[in-house]
Amino acid sequence: MKSRESFRNSDSFRTLISSLISILIGLLAGAVIIFIVGLTNSSISFSGAVEGIKIVLFGVFSTGRSAGGALSFGFNPVNMGNLFFRAAPLVLTGLSVAVANKTGLFNIGAPGQYLAGTCASLFIALSIPSSRMAPGLIWLLALLGGMLAGALWGSIPGMLKAMLNMNEVIACIMTNWIAANLVTWLFDISKLKNTAEGTKTGYIYKTTYNGVATPKFGLDKIFAGSQINGGIIIAMILCVIMYVVMEKTTFGFQLKACGANRYAAKYAGIKDRRNIILSMAMAGAMAGAAGSLYYLSGNTEFFWSTYQSLPAEGFTGIAVALLAVNNPIGVIFSGIFMSMLNISGMQLTYLTAYNEYITDVIIAVIVYMSAFSLIIRTMLAGRKKNIAGANANAEPGKREQTLPDAREMASSSAAVKEKEA
Amino acid sequence: MAFLIRQTLIYAIPLMIVALAGIFSERSGTINLALEGIMIFGAFCGVVFVRGMQNLGWFAQAKADGNWMALQGYLLLAMLGAAILGAIFSLLLGFAAIKLKADQTIGGTALNMLAPAIVLFLIRLTAKQNTLLLVSGDSASWFLIKKTMLGFDKNQDIGVLGEAFLNKVYLTTYVCIIVFVILSVLLYRTKFGLRLRACGENPQAADSLGINVFKMRYAGVLISGALAGMGGFVFSVTTANCSSNGDVAGFGFLALAVMIFGNWKPLNVAGGALLFGLFKCIAACYSTLDVNGDGIYTLANIGINSNVYRLLPYLITLLVLMFTSKKSRAPKAEGIPYDKGMR
Repeated sequence: MKSRESFRNSDSFRTLISSLISILIGLLAGAVIIFIVGLTNSSISFSGAVEGIKIVLFGVFSTGRSAGGALSFGFNPVNMGNLFFRAAPLVLTGLSVAVANKTGLFNIGAPGQYLAGTCASLFIALSIPSSRMAPGLIWLLALLGGMLAGALWGSIPGMLKAMLNMNEVIACIMTNWIAANLVTWLFDISKLKNTAEGTKTGYIYKTTYNGVATPKFGLDKIFAGSQINGGIIIAMILCVIMYVVMEKTTFGFQLKACGANRYAAKYAGIKDRRNIILSMAMAGAMAGAAGSLYYLSGNTEFFWSTYQSLPAEGFTGIAVALLAVNNPIGVIFSGIFMSMLNISGMQLTYLTAYNEYITDVIIAVIVYMSAFSLIIRTMLAGRKKNIAGANANAEPGKREQTLPDAREMASSSAAVKEKEA
Repeated sequence: MAFLIRQTLIYAIPLMIVALAGIFSERSGTINLALEGIMIFGAFCGVVFVRGMQNLGWFAQAKADGNWMALQGYLLLAMLGAAILGAIFSLLLGFAAIKLKADQTIGGTALNMLAPAIVLFLIRLTAKQNTLLLVSGDSASWFLIKKTMLGFDKNQDIGVLGEAFLNKVYLTTYVCIIVFVILSVLLYRTKFGLRLRACGENPQAADSLGINVFKMRYAGVLISGALAGMGGFVFSVTTANCSSNGDVAGFGFLALAVMIFGNWKPLNVAGGALLFGLFKCIAACYSTLDVNGDGIYTLANIGINSNVYRLLPYLITLLVLMFTSKKSRAPKAEGIPYDKGMR
């Protein structure tokens, strides 16, 4: 009983509640927009708007329309499998942003690192002939190569930040676009462009062309007909590894100390520059793994002329990390949630007059709300404290003892930077 | 040569005006990462305005009358609309950052995600495709100013500069330059500008002298939103044929880099914008670039992959920032929500 009481007063409980509030408001905003658009647009009736809202909420369970034209719901193995398949890259880019955030760095460079990982993986997976080497080994090499490429790409803004004190946001944005152009260039001069299937232009061969694909671990039996493979399991394992590194090792503590206050950490003998670079490299490796796993699946094709746009997975990763409040385990759940919204969006385009971009609106609103998650948490804490104070002697100064989260860290480090300057 | 100047200006002007947008917000103390999003939103609103006027038949009427002044007036009207709606959109950031003291980087990122999402949602819903085009004609046929309109003869030689600045130009370029000059003067030569800058350097001191920091920061964000919205529409008219597809090719972020490169000062920013505009221009049309007019396309003949040219603006931005970041001096209170009780 006591433990349950203390959990309800704990910081993590408040964090959970504030994330749930963000989700709720995001969904509400989406519903309101669907409703308003439905009422003002002559081609969509009132029932059409209601159907739209239903699909946004329960799109994963949608099984299409019945003979009578009404929406039907139930277990849909294809949707479910695709949900987990698409969750893997989102979980990993979310993990990438979360890891960097723990060190007080805002990794908006995930799209570029994702592309770097994709590029390296595809080159390795398609260049080594599977007649010479076991496909399983090529797959492993490709995944590791992708992670390494992502790590190298991530460490560029890390180095610029650590050595030259350049704003990592700007450095990341520039490296994103450089990656987008570089990848286009590399594939442009490569021999990996899909010329075997004449109907497709602008795509790279699937990795199955060389017999390389992520093992499925029998998941395709459960979710028959979907794209699912072992990627989600690998993503979860990486999340757990990152959790252990961040929370249970000295190295993780050093990283978090750098995030809390870079100059204080330096004073305590922690190598701040090395840690900033390593943190960005780790973040890059995770985003690189996201790209690798998505394109090593064997049933996805890479559109190589990417110079005009950046992969959305990288930016959704920011939302995933924010919703999970940078918790490496939390990103598993928030990544799956975002993937669910994605699936709902596709169902929405497929089944109703609306389109998938409404789910992007919902994600954006969730990110917007998570900007004030600290305020929501403080409000919750204030309310709890008042109740506890009225009842009996509350634990004074409990909140002050808990480790400040990344956002507080970021602002405090900014304040310190200012004093240094 | 005239072609090169013209094209460089086309890329430099949106960069310049949006970088100024960044200056206004950051000098008042609010990091505006949402420039890209506001540009996207402004471009969409401007295009919707233009389409609205086309649907009312105003454009066809003016064209039939040969009244190109009216067409330019409509363009100005659409710019104004884009600016106003951009300002309103930026209020979302202002509210979060100033009133609720939320994290400004996350707030800006949220707006950057929200703008393309909502714009594409509406475009797909109405146009059934991902791009909102003009109802009829293209932006050059409606808005381009040719030398014949200014009273010159078609074959009259008006020199390189005349060709560059008077023939085949858009009015938006000149409007943006005028706005840029006026606002730079406002920032540095007026009481309002001084107060605004004070709020970005030391808001506590400004407050102690009776300046309302919140009001000043809202003003900074609103001006920023108006400029970025207008810049987005200008970008759309001059480079994207007055269409909107939820994308401005990273110009908002490039403008942020130009702003940092220009050390948060308008004159340096204008120079930086011209430099990046030049590289953007080379990237876009290197294959038809004839610098000295001898009919030989030098850059196309070197045989460098086109992707290298596209990559250059970003790489050079990064390199330039590497050398200037040690010296760069951001507004001191930038990114820190104002708290009256803090010392």
